[in-house]
Amino acid sequence: MTDFFEALQTVPLIRYALIAGIVSSLTFGVVGSLVVTRRIAYIAAAIAHSILGGIGASVYYSRVYDMPWLTPMVGAIIAGLLSAAIIGWVSLKFGEREDTIIGAIWAFGMAAGLLFIHYAPGKAVNLESFIFGNILLTSRSDVIATLVLGAIVLLLVVLFYHKLVAVCFDEEFARLRGVSSSAYYLLLLAITAMSVVLMVRVAGIILSLALIVLPAATASRFSRKLWVIMLIAVGITMLCNTGGLAFSYELDVPTGPFIVLLAVAIYTASFFVRRQRTRG
Amino acid sequence: MIVECRNLSFGYAQSLVLEEVDFTIHRGESLCVIGPNGGGKSTLVKLILGLIEPVQGSLKILGQSPRKAQRDMGYVPQAMRFDAQFPISALDIVLMGRLDRLVVGAFSRKCREAALAALDEVGMADLAHRPFSDLSGGERQRVMIARALACEPGILLLDEPTANIDLSVEAQLIETLVKLRHKMTIIMVTHDLDLVSSIGDSVLCVNHRVHRHSLPISGETIKEIYSSRRRIEHDRRSRHIEGDHSACDHD
Repeated sequence: MTDFFEALQTVPLIRYALIAGIVSSLTFGVVGSLVVTRRIAYIAAAIAHSILGGIGASVYYSRVYDMPWLTPMVGAIIAGLLSAAIIGWVSLKFGEREDTIIGAIWAFGMAAGLLFIHYAPGKAVNLESFIFGNILLTSRSDVIATLVLGAIVLLLVVLFYHKLVAVCFDEEFARLRGVSSSAYYLLLLAITAMSVVLMVRVAGIILSLALIVLPAATASRFSRKLWVIMLIAVGITMLCNTGGLAFSYELDVPTGPFIVLLAVAIYTASFFVRRQRTRG
Repeated sequence: MIVECRNLSFGYAQSLVLEEVDFTIHRGESLCVIGPNGGGKSTLVKLILGLIEPVQGSLKILGQSPRKAQRDMGYVPQAMRFDAQFPISALDIVLMGRLDRLVVGAFSRKCREAALAALDEVGMADLAHRPFSDLSGGERQRVMIARALACEPGILLLDEPTANIDLSVEAQLIETLVKLRHKMTIIMVTHDLDLVSSIGDSVLCVNHRVHRHSLPISGETIKEIYSSRRRIEHDRRSRHIEGDHSACDHD
C-alpha cells in the first residue's frame, strides 16, 4: 500500500483520480439513493448508455470542425441531458409503454456513438476507456469539471430535496399542492444524467451504473430514512472508489472493474449482515 | 355552495364515463359517493380535484374552477397505492400537505408545527417519526388523512378510506372522521355502509349517470341503500349498466 501513497504525492494523475473519485462519491450516493427509491435504475441505465452518442459526436465534431472546447466530457453532458429530457418526456407521455421507447434511445445512443467514432479523423479513439472507464486518463480539467458538476448536482438536491422526495413518493398529491411534478421528475433525470457523466472517467458508462445502484441498494437495507441512506451510500461509494483505486494500483489491474467488484462484494455481504441481525 | 356541478360529461376517446351529472354540495355537508367499480366514482373525484377537465358542462368548487380551488382541498388517496418500502417517516409525509408553502430548502417551524398538529388530530402524534414501512394499514391511512388536514382544507376528499383495513381499526377511523365532519365539508368514495351511516348527510350513487339520495339518515333508509348497494354489486350486469338506476331507486 506504501506504493499507492507514494504515487499520490508524486503522480498528479493518481491525485486527480482520487479527487474525482471522492467528489463523484458525494453525488453518486445522494442521486443513487433517489434513483433506487424511485425505482428508475433502468432509466439511469438508458441515460448512461446513450451518453456514448455524445462522446462520439464530440470526438467527431471537435476534430472535423476544429472545436477544441468540445471535449468528450462536454459531449457527454449534452447527450446525457438530452436523453434525460427525451426519456422523461416519453415516460410522462406514454407511461406503461415507455420501456420499448427507452430501449430504442439506449441503443440509438450507443450506435450513433460508435459510428461517430468510426468516422472521426485522426488517431484512433480508445473506446474501451469510455465504456469501461480509465481513471488514469483523468486530467486536471476533468477534475475541475467534476467539482463544478458535483457542486451543481448537490446544490440542486439540497434546494429541492422535499419536492423531489414528494414527487417520488406521490406525484399526484405533489401536483395538487402546486408542485410541477413533471418538472421535478425531469430534474431528477437531469441530475441522474449529470452524475453518470461524472463517473465516466472513473468507471465508464456501463460500469458507472453499478455504482449508482449498488451502494444505495446496500444502504437502504440498513436504514429507512432517506437522508441516512444517502449518507451511508456516499460512504460506501467513497470506500469503493478509494479502495478500488489503491488496490488496483498496487495489483496493476484496471481500476473501474475493481471498483465495481468491491461494490458488488459489499452489496452481497449486506445480505449476510442483515440476516445475522434479524436472527439475533 | 361548495360544489356546483351542472350537466357535466367526461369520457375517453369515444365512450363517455360520466354523462349529464348534476349535483350540488352545500357548506358543512358530508357526501358519500357509492357505486359499482368502473362506474365513474374515481373519475368524479379526479374532476373535482381538477386533475382532469370535463368534456362538457361546468364544475365549480367554491365558485372557482377546480384547478384554482386545489389549495382548499385536502385529498386522501387509497393507502394501498403507495410503495410500502419508501424510506420516509410519517411526519415527512404529512409535511407534503404544506408543499405549497415551501419555495426551496427546509420546511419552516410553523409548517412542522402544523404537520404535528394534524398528526395529533388523527391520534398519531406519538408515531410521527416512525418509518412509513413500520406502520399498519390503519395507521398509514390516518397518516394520509393527517397529510390532507395539513393542507388546512375547506373540503376533505377521501377515496375508499376503509379499504383493506380490519374492523377494529375501522372503528377508530370512523371516530376520527366523525370529529372532522363538523369542521369541514367531506366528500368520500366508499363501499363501507358503516361509514355512510356515520358520516354521510347524503349519498351520491355514481354509475355512468349520477343519482342523488338526499336523506335524513334513518335506519330504514340505510337498509334501503344497503340493499340497493348489494344489488349494484351483485346484479350490476343486468340492472345497473348504462346508467340504469332502478336498482337504487328507493322512493
